Amino acid sequence: MTQNKTRIQSYITIQNNEIVLDGTSVFKIEPTNFADFSKQAYRNFDIQYPKFFKMDALSKLAFLGAELLLSPITSSEQENNIALVFANKSSSLDTDVKYQESISDKENYYPSPAVFVYTLPNICLGEISIRHQLKSENSFFIFDVFNTEFMSNYSNILLNSDKADVVLCGWVEFFNDDYKAFLCTISKEENTKYTNENINTLYKNSSWKH
Amino acid sequence: MTREVYINETNCITPLGFDVDSNIEAILRGDSGIQLHQDISLMQNPFYASVIADEKINTAFEKISTDTKYSRLEKMMILALEPMIKKSGVELNSKTAFILSTTKGNVTALKNDSEESFQNAHLDVLAQNIANFFGFQTTPIVVSNACVSGILAVSVAKRMIQSELYETIFVVAGDEVSEFVLSGFNAFQAMSDLPCKPYSKNRTGVSLGEATAAVLVSAEARNAKIKVIGDSSINDANHISGPSRTGEGLFRSIQNAMKEAQINSDQIDYISAHGTATPFNDEMEAIALNRLDLQNVPINSLKGFYGHTLGASGLLETVIAIESANQNTLFESKGFDEIGVSEKINVIQKNEEASIEIFLKTASGFGGCNTAVVFEKVKH
Repeated sequence: MTQNKTRIQSYITIQNNEIVLDGTSVFKIEPTNFADFSKQAYRNFDIQYPKFFKMDALSKLAFLGAELLLSPITSSEQENNIALVFANKSSSLDTDVKYQESISDKENYYPSPAVFVYTLPNICLGEISIRHQLKSENSFFIFDVFNTEFMSNYSNILLNSDKADVVLCGWVEFFNDDYKAFLCTISKEENTKYTNENINTLYKNSSWKH
Repeated sequence: MTREVYINETNCITPLGFDVDSNIEAILRGDSGIQLHQDISLMQNPFYASVIADEKINTAFEKISTDTKYSRLEKMMILALEPMIKKSGVELNSKTAFILSTTKGNVTALKNDSEESFQNAHLDVLAQNIANFFGFQTTPIVVSNACVSGILAVSVAKRMIQSELYETIFVVAGDEVSEFVLSGFNAFQAMSDLPCKPYSKNRTGVSLGEATAAVLVSAEARNAKIKVIGDSSINDANHISGPSRTGEGLFRSIQNAMKEAQINSDQIDYISAHGTATPFNDEMEAIALNRLDLQNVPINSLKGFYGHTLGASGLLETVIAIESANQNTLFESKGFDEIGVSEKINVIQKNEEASIEIFLKTASGFGGCNTAVVFEKVKH
């Protein structure tokens, strides 16, 4: 396989009531819960997508990150061969626990298909694919901590084997109102912004500040 | 030049048997693991599912370990991997990876309201438990991509071997029949009130099942069982809980996998399809296959034997399909009677001999995901 150099084009972090795009804070509010934070972020960026409000928290988190990175580079008129390579620690456990509560008490048994469907971590990939019309490679991985080496290697494989033109790669972790998203776009295109940085250094730097 | 990738060892733990040979014998006899169960700890009403008896798992596990800390699913996964790791003689060093694929893992642990139990519901903890049992040195990689997980894991392994990150990769896939999943499919009204009937006119939905399967993936051609020659996993970008009406994601996945394999539709001798027996899934597959001119290729769904084993299904069905190819036998698509999809497909109605040089494995799942992998028989 030809190992061409790949470069990070742009990155975003969402944590602690703040969204930072390419190192610059683009949205920050006073401490609040994620439901409120995500709603305010949606309004702030004037996103027109009512389906957002039906999503579970993990999907909302992933969606917001993807929205700011992909909207400038996708269009509905063209094919967008942008692969999604995501990972986290808690899978869909935040929704799993809620779903389990809905079936635990036989006196108060209310399993809902609308909740059950979100008991899969890759649903957030589906939501992003629908939003940006990405008929592309997508896979969800689980690790104890963000395995930047694997994620970066796997993204490079997709780019170098021409399975994708761009990879949206990152970590989207949500459990019990604790959240952190770190997403970046990677491609073979030249870029002077991030010449020495890689996923690992950008992720570590973004975590360091908090 | 890109490295060639092979599957060298396979194994599976299912209601039909605890090794590949016994599973093939059962399939040839026409046995099915799907039975009527009455177990209110799983579901209020009686339900059809393919379930492994606890005693069978425990008896088999006691032969390899006296440790009692493992969950039922962990035992099933260890049982699938153990003989394979032993037989292969592969050293578990920094060039040996471990991929675990599952849809729901130890989700049953959530029933127990303790911190320890909650930790066990984490998929990375499940993977580390299995990795520690065998002593893998590398960080386990968990693939959790709904019902394509098992076959996607093969694709991920292939890509990692090709890129020379590892020499050998052990892949395990597994899922259990649980109250969690039964209630969810029931809430979707996707459960069949009879053993499932993939592609049939009278199909009414899925029967759930449980199994684990394991394969060893490497660049070593010697003693290989099959060669992996193309793969792709494309999202429908259409709906999170229903397949695309045009089968777009599956169509593109197969198209890309065939292109990488440098083969045409007429070179595929057999398709091991997903065939969950829900009205929409089977219809979608028929449409995608017709768009690729694959409607005359013999096809089966093994769900009639095993039920839908979720994340395990793609890998389990690959293990069985490899035997099908190496024994040059097409296995019946159990449960099939009269064609019930709007476009023609060639469903295998009885076991028959056939030359199988190249076969295609497909799967689709919630979130709009699809995976297709093309395999070629190895000439020894």
